Amino acid sequence: MSASYVRASDAPLRPPPRGHAGPLAWLRENLFAGPGSTALTLGLGLLLGWLAYQVLDWTVLRAVWTGADRSACAVPGAGACWPFVWEKFPQWVFGFYPLGERWRPVLTFLIGAAALAPMLMPAAPAKRFNALFLLVAYPVIAFVLLGGGVFGLPPVETTNWGGLVVTLVVAVTGIVLSLPLGILLALGRQSELPVVRGASIAFIELWRGVPLVTVLFMASVMLPLFLPSGMSLDKLMRAIAGLSLFASAYMAEAVRGGLQAVSRGQREAGLALGLSRWQTTAKIVLPQALRISIPNIVGIFIGLFKDTTLVLVVGIYDLLGIINAGLQDSKWAAPQTANTGYFVAALIYFAFCFAMSRYALFTEGRLARTGRR
Amino acid sequence: MSLGEARQRHGRSPWNSVRLRGVALQVLLLAVIAALFYALALNTYANMASRHIVSGFGFLWRKSGFEVSFSLIPYTAEDNYVRALMVGFLNTLLVSALGIWLATALGLAIGLMRLSRNWLASRLAAGYIEAVRNVPLLLQLFIWYRLVLTPLPQASSAIILGPAALSNKGLTLPAPQFGPGVWTAWLGLGCALLLTVALSFWGQRRRERTGVKPPVVLLSLLAIIAVPVLFLAAAGWPVTFDYPVRGNFGFSGGMTLVPEFIALLLALSIYTAGFIAEAVRAGIGAVARGQGEAALALGLKPGLAMRLVVLPQALRVIIPPLTSQYLNLTKNSSLAVAIGYPDLVSTGGTILGQTGQAIEVVAIWMVVYLTLSLLTSAFMNWFNARHRLVGR
Repeated sequence: MSASYVRASDAPLRPPPRGHAGPLAWLRENLFAGPGSTALTLGLGLLLGWLAYQVLDWTVLRAVWTGADRSACAVPGAGACWPFVWEKFPQWVFGFYPLGERWRPVLTFLIGAAALAPMLMPAAPAKRFNALFLLVAYPVIAFVLLGGGVFGLPPVETTNWGGLVVTLVVAVTGIVLSLPLGILLALGRQSELPVVRGASIAFIELWRGVPLVTVLFMASVMLPLFLPSGMSLDKLMRAIAGLSLFASAYMAEAVRGGLQAVSRGQREAGLALGLSRWQTTAKIVLPQALRISIPNIVGIFIGLFKDTTLVLVVGIYDLLGIINAGLQDSKWAAPQTANTGYFVAALIYFAFCFAMSRYALFTEGRLARTGRR
Repeated sequence: MSLGEARQRHGRSPWNSVRLRGVALQVLLLAVIAALFYALALNTYANMASRHIVSGFGFLWRKSGFEVSFSLIPYTAEDNYVRALMVGFLNTLLVSALGIWLATALGLAIGLMRLSRNWLASRLAAGYIEAVRNVPLLLQLFIWYRLVLTPLPQASSAIILGPAALSNKGLTLPAPQFGPGVWTAWLGLGCALLLTVALSFWGQRRRERTGVKPPVVLLSLLAIIAVPVLFLAAAGWPVTFDYPVRGNFGFSGGMTLVPEFIALLLALSIYTAGFIAEAVRAGIGAVARGQGEAALALGLKPGLAMRLVVLPQALRVIIPPLTSQYLNLTKNSSLAVAIGYPDLVSTGGTILGQTGQAIEVVAIWMVVYLTLSLLTSAFMNWFNARHRLVGR
């Protein structure tokens, strides 16, 4: 055999066969795979194009951008009424919070964001300290800043709170209060002691079985009856109490899922090392369980954030409540005012919830990669 | 408990006994719960005495004095509170049942679309799911209420569609009025159901013998519709229709589906469909890929492979989250109170406002919703047990 058949160099790379790579092939495979697929693509494409045009037409092309009152927007054929949003937006964020004091909610929000950001980043240090600050110190700071009455801050009644501030206060307080209660309930539900387990199950199933609207009604009309005479909670606090009890039942179920995912060996190893039951639970089982349940806890927070809208049923002006109330303003009475208000509300809620659900997905993916599930 | 027993043997003080500490803890918990309830009861009693509220359910038999916009049973302001609550309860059931049906159909369609190999279909379904799940239901309800109500004309210039009329008062339809012979229809329905059972047995046997599947479902549907109609015709047609008559302020007679009902139904089913779609996707994803591929290799068409091989297996995974979505929909129907559809919570709220009997009304709500929840989960558990894969 002659060695002349042996190649001295690599054969030149040839392009892949046409129709198997490149954008055209991608199109054929994913959009025009057959007559059925092509018809589906065309039909849905038309629908999407029509929808996109309608939205663009309404929000931009036919929209009214400037004006001082309804006369600008009450034009036949006009689209979104943006001047209404420009005028009302500060109220949507701050409610009836006094104008000169509005730096206080802003500062509260900034402190919260500054403490929360390193909490959400897995690489950031001092998680334990940070969590303690967020769960214990921050609510106190926030209520002092928002409510005032001490350190020379003029008091601001909760009836003047409103808008996005109330939405955030209710959602954050709800989660901060319901997390410890939920952990206790989840541990109680796993307990070997029949009374503890029974009481936990009864509590959890009671709240999970009833709609939030009835819980809020209950908090607003029954709670005053339960309290000793002379002691009273204002409307906002009652709603927060109801919402927290409601959320704690769901939180308990999320934490229970995490507890069940921690392998038995972890607990047994802790006991074998001579740790007491409480030490084993607090130092070995719970940290792992909470880590696993982070995506579900974020999910519950999203639910809670959306559910805060229901407080308008008991007469509290959260973001949706105040937008809804602003629609009654005769100064802006025009056919498209309400649609514009709801459109902006939907955008704000979507931005918050979508960001949170992406974060839940991210932690979920991280857990899956580290093989902790 | 072997560890506990070991400790018990070696411990010197009785406090080292796990069992004893357990008993002590439980007694303590019971005492705390009892004390809490006692304190609450005392406070409540004192507060109610100072507000001159008489507790008890006696108020339920008083005259209600308020009208409702939508009712499945005859009701006037002269009826008592029990009947008003009954109206609300039936309205809750109606909107929940229809909503569950619509949400399941829509959710299944969107979930399958999400898994489609067509990129555009899959992305659109994903967009639907994200949009619907990330906006509060109450806001969606307000939006649907506006969208339903805005294009509708005043009752004086209603859109007439044959015997029906569409206006901002709702969709007015002729109401069937049943005469004394209407029991024949129920008899016919019973016969039709028996016939359906017989048909399915016959179809199964015929399929086993010949390999050809007779159109059992079609025949059953036909029987369920045709047999009661035939029975009614034989009884001399005891059904008349009450046609709506236009008055000065809308329509009288007939029956009206109020816009609140339509908006609530749309909002509930479109919202819940997003969650159901995700459950469907997760369930189908949980079925081993080999199952679908094996079905295709056996020569089943893609649609049949999905229907006969993949979906039945996915159902086991889908049922539990589906149950909780159904329960959520039923509970969420209480948002009706925000747009004034007279459901259980809405009518109860009116009664609460009139009488101040907060504890009683809230107790009724809780009992009704808890019962509905427990019944649904009991049914779903039974269903789940029946469809569990045996021996895996």
